[in-house]
Amino acid sequence: MATAEPSHGAREPDHARRFGAIWIVSSLIATPLVVLLVGPIMPPGGGSEQAQGHVTDNTVLIGMATPVLLLVLTYLIYAIVYFRQPKGAVLEGPAVSGNSRVQTSWIVITSVLVLTLAVYGTVRLTADGAGGGQGPSPAFTPSASGKKLPVQVIAQEWYFTYRYPTYGDIETPHLVLPVNQMIELHVTSLDIIHSFWAYQLGVKADANPNVDNIVFVKPTKVATFEVRCAELCGIWHGYMFDHGRVVRPAVFQAWIAEQRRRFASTHKYLPPFSTKYIPEPTRRGG
Amino acid sequence: MSVLAKKLLGIGIGVAIAAALIALYVAAWATSAPPTISAASGPTAAGVGSAQLTLQTVAAIGPDYSPAHPDWVSYLVREKGRWVHSTIYRVPAHSLVHITVLQYDGDSGLRNPFMAQVQGTTTGMMAVDGKSTDSINPEEASHTFAVPQLGIFVPLPGVPEEAPNQCEFAPCTLAQAHRTISFTIRTGAKGRFRWQCFVPCAAGWIDGNGGPMQTLGYMGGFLEVV
Amino acid sequence: MNTVAEPATPVPGRRPLWRRMIGFNLLTAVILGVAGYYIGWFIGHEIKGASFDFIDDTDENDVALMLAYIGGVIGFLVGLGFANYPFSRMLGKPASLREKEEEGVGRYFGLCTDHKVVGIQYLVGIGLFFFIAGLNAMLIRTQLLHPVPTFVGPNQYLSLVGMHGSMMMGMMTSGILGPFANYFVPIMIGARRMAFPRIEALTFWLLMAAGFILTSTIFFGGFPTGWTGYQPLNEQAVMGMDSYIVFFALVGVSMTLLGLNMIVTIVALRAPGLTWSRLPIFVWSVLATAVLMVLAAPMLIGALTMAALDRTVNTGFFIVSAGGSPYLFENLFWFFGHPEVYILALPGFGIVLELLPVFTRKPLWGYRLGVAGMLGVTLMSFFVWQHHLFVSGINAALRPFYMLSTEIISIPTGFIFLCVMGTLWKARARFTVPMLFCMGWTFNFLIGGLSGVFLSDVPSDVDTHGSFFVMAHFHYTIMGGLIFTFFAAIYYWVPKMFGVCLNEKLAKIHFWSLFLAFNSTFMPLFVLGMKGMPRRVSTYNPNLQGLNVWVSISAFVIGLSMLVFIANVLYSLVIARVPAEANPWDSKSLEWQLPTPVPVNNFERIPTIENDPYEYGTPLTPPPRGAPGMAPAGG
Repeated sequence: MATAEPSHGAREPDHARRFGAIWIVSSLIATPLVVLLVGPIMPPGGGSEQAQGHVTDNTVLIGMATPVLLLVLTYLIYAIVYFRQPKGAVLEGPAVSGNSRVQTSWIVITSVLVLTLAVYGTVRLTADGAGGGQGPSPAFTPSASGKKLPVQVIAQEWYFTYRYPTYGDIETPHLVLPVNQMIELHVTSLDIIHSFWAYQLGVKADANPNVDNIVFVKPTKVATFEVRCAELCGIWHGYMFDHGRVVRPAVFQAWIAEQRRRFASTHKYLPPFSTKYIPEPTRRGG
Repeated sequence: MSVLAKKLLGIGIGVAIAAALIALYVAAWATSAPPTISAASGPTAAGVGSAQLTLQTVAAIGPDYSPAHPDWVSYLVREKGRWVHSTIYRVPAHSLVHITVLQYDGDSGLRNPFMAQVQGTTTGMMAVDGKSTDSINPEEASHTFAVPQLGIFVPLPGVPEEAPNQCEFAPCTLAQAHRTISFTIRTGAKGRFRWQCFVPCAAGWIDGNGGPMQTLGYMGGFLEVV
Repeated sequence: MNTVAEPATPVPGRRPLWRRMIGFNLLTAVILGVAGYYIGWFIGHEIKGASFDFIDDTDENDVALMLAYIGGVIGFLVGLGFANYPFSRMLGKPASLREKEEEGVGRYFGLCTDHKVVGIQYLVGIGLFFFIAGLNAMLIRTQLLHPVPTFVGPNQYLSLVGMHGSMMMGMMTSGILGPFANYFVPIMIGARRMAFPRIEALTFWLLMAAGFILTSTIFFGGFPTGWTGYQPLNEQAVMGMDSYIVFFALVGVSMTLLGLNMIVTIVALRAPGLTWSRLPIFVWSVLATAVLMVLAAPMLIGALTMAALDRTVNTGFFIVSAGGSPYLFENLFWFFGHPEVYILALPGFGIVLELLPVFTRKPLWGYRLGVAGMLGVTLMSFFVWQHHLFVSGINAALRPFYMLSTEIISIPTGFIFLCVMGTLWKARARFTVPMLFCMGWTFNFLIGGLSGVFLSDVPSDVDTHGSFFVMAHFHYTIMGGLIFTFFAAIYYWVPKMFGVCLNEKLAKIHFWSLFLAFNSTFMPLFVLGMKGMPRRVSTYNPNLQGLNVWVSISAFVIGLSMLVFIANVLYSLVIARVPAEANPWDSKSLEWQLPTPVPVNNFERIPTIENDPYEYGTPLTPPPRGAPGMAPAGG
């Protein structure tokens, strides 16, 4: 913030140098502290590869935000302390109306910062879609080899059910996923827009009627996770939640077998598996 | 007191009264809810209490119960021999709750056929007109009684269209065409859980899912476990 | 019979009350509004046909309600006298601005074409709806005191959320442009009036009609969609949804007209010598906002017209099974919706940069940069709307572009911060109440802006989208941005508008309680969002209750601090009435050089502008007193 020389005599301290020092020192102290202390508790935890990626991204963002926050914040405090009107006096400030060097460097620095963030975000996003719903033809598919397990999420007013096309198209009322297996979630809706949010897995995808919204996620921890609806869907929106589980593959196989037994009697009525459904009534119910 | 001050005082009092009336109206609107109806308590066996909840579903609630929306499909609950228009039911915790639904509405079919499966009752079954079953044909579903957070899903088959003596609007009597569905649930810890219908039964609404499906007191409510 | 001879030149005396009640005034407007409402209602019930069968099934007549609202608005406007001018012109009578000349308190309650009267009408009218929307927020926070609440029902809760959101996002678009731009832009540019005075009055009365219509939703079952009105939930909703649609469409019309009027006024009515580089920065921000309004609001009107047709005459723009798409509504809505949030934010930038030079006794640092920042935001805000749809499943391949454009918008926003910091550099700052609110803005908008970076980053947005994090973010930018500058403007300009000082002690209590309670309310909401609490829910994970109770109590403190403000206004304007100095802040801006109250035609002679607007500070110019930049008025 170096501007013109102080115009109020030699008593005036070198504000630019002093403020710069305060800012740099406080940033050098605060930024590592924030990254080390706040970073690990950033959401959504380590439930999946994607969730771990989000923690890294959130940590990078908060690490970059800290010096910016401190710049403005310490400046405000500094200004309030040093750049006050003396009590009772009516003094005019220096008539400085700009400084092209400061302005140019501000523009350059913010632009570089912003472009860095955008490039970083793009790199992270293009790896596997970062747990966000990508629609019917995903632009960003994970490069990892191995078969992906497709699982369909069917949103309806006001409950999520799930179908496993590789296991005889069975439908279940809860979501159970095998650990360390790349999952291909197909999120769709039978009526209005919902949003499937598996918090600990770092997954969010809108459930649109007649749309197949694909998400890739690889759970890495045997644990339960929270499923919530994240798009306002009417009276029971807030109550549209459930718990899912990530389990070991053997447990998953046993669970699938149990579900097939349990829901055998309605299975025959289910429509053939499809990435999207338009059930009756199609318009005004009667 | 100057004239201006008197005028201002008068205006101030008028505004205050108007504001108070509006606030009262808004408060009444915001907190209005159907009455909470307790299930009738039943005998205790082996230390487990029991309660009986009797419900009715009708194709149209009728002008007696709802002058503004007489054509809306609805649940009713029996309390002390009367049919009450409410969907907030209070049942005891850690008890067996026997629920009987008198179904007077015709079938409209499930949006998701999976909901035709009975889940969460004590036996995994329900009795339809005395016959035990664990599922119905989804096409025949008229409504469901579902408490998703408790894992309870009970499909309710509708009255066939050709049945004589159909009930037009509430309250319906036992003499009219109906089906009787009964099942028992075991309640756990205390809590307040929403329940709803999963059949798109709201006639005239997009996807059959508006109006009564999205209004407390018709096709959804709370199960208060106390 | 009055036998006293009439004086030769009749003194414009007060006519008897009954005589004054007849004519084009608010009373007539309400009567004609009610009549128009019932005419529309009646016509709506007469319409029959195969495609209207659903009306009998649903017991809800959307057609009748839509027509009733439209009829009511037309009746209301005719009653106020908006039809007089076009009709008298059609009959070949000369144009007149007679509405402006009327004196007395009565002109505040009817059609008045004096831009200063409209400004005060706006201030009071918007204040009223701001108060109602604030009460909604109090009810919402009361509900969220408990994880499984029983205070209000689920239907009413969503209606409250929707009313709070729509009222704040709809009415407050004119929060600064309505009162302060209408009042001060003509004065600041040395004009006697706005370019279209009748349209100016129309925007205000349309907005009032809209606000009343939105509030009337509680008679028709409320609406469940929140302020976004997403399809197809919109189409499943009861008649209360029609209130939302008509409300927002009317707000859209009001915004478009307000914007057009501002653009034309600023472009065409500037005083001689007021070049673009001498335009006060507040006027620049108004111009930028007006451009956004004119370009964005028609999109909203279009989208809502389609929604209204879907609900009433069974078209299928947004219904999948009829070949429509909910994505269409999302895109149309956010193409309006994102510029909309800058419509809310930009006037705040202008207020802060306008006030800072006065209180720091320095010229505005980086005037051109500030203007560039505002214009940059204006331009960029049309290229970011799909960041609201990052997880919607649409256009995944375009996400890097929208991430980039969204992050680029922080560059011009950063210009504003640089201007603020540069103006504060070595300042002689007086921390008066308006200045405190500007400082509050700087802090709040900083937090709001930095949290916005998380939302613009797609991987991070996957966690925070649709959660309380978003809610906290836009409350920091809109409440922390717009409302803080709204209050800064009130404290700054009330001495000019009303000739009375606001009590400074109460004002400082108001600022500090608001600032602390605001941060104490919305800072924890970031945490709640990151812990997985979605927006617009009336039930939540019980382990989040502690923070929610904290937030609710802080929100109630915000409510109390607003009561302090109301008490201050009532005390200062009604009881104490301490006359204000002509120029209490020692400002060099044009409006402070005029006498208080400002004459009906502002300037006896249109001034010639010869200086830059912010000639504060010692070394470069001698401290001019009196009327700088203005030829001596009145000869």
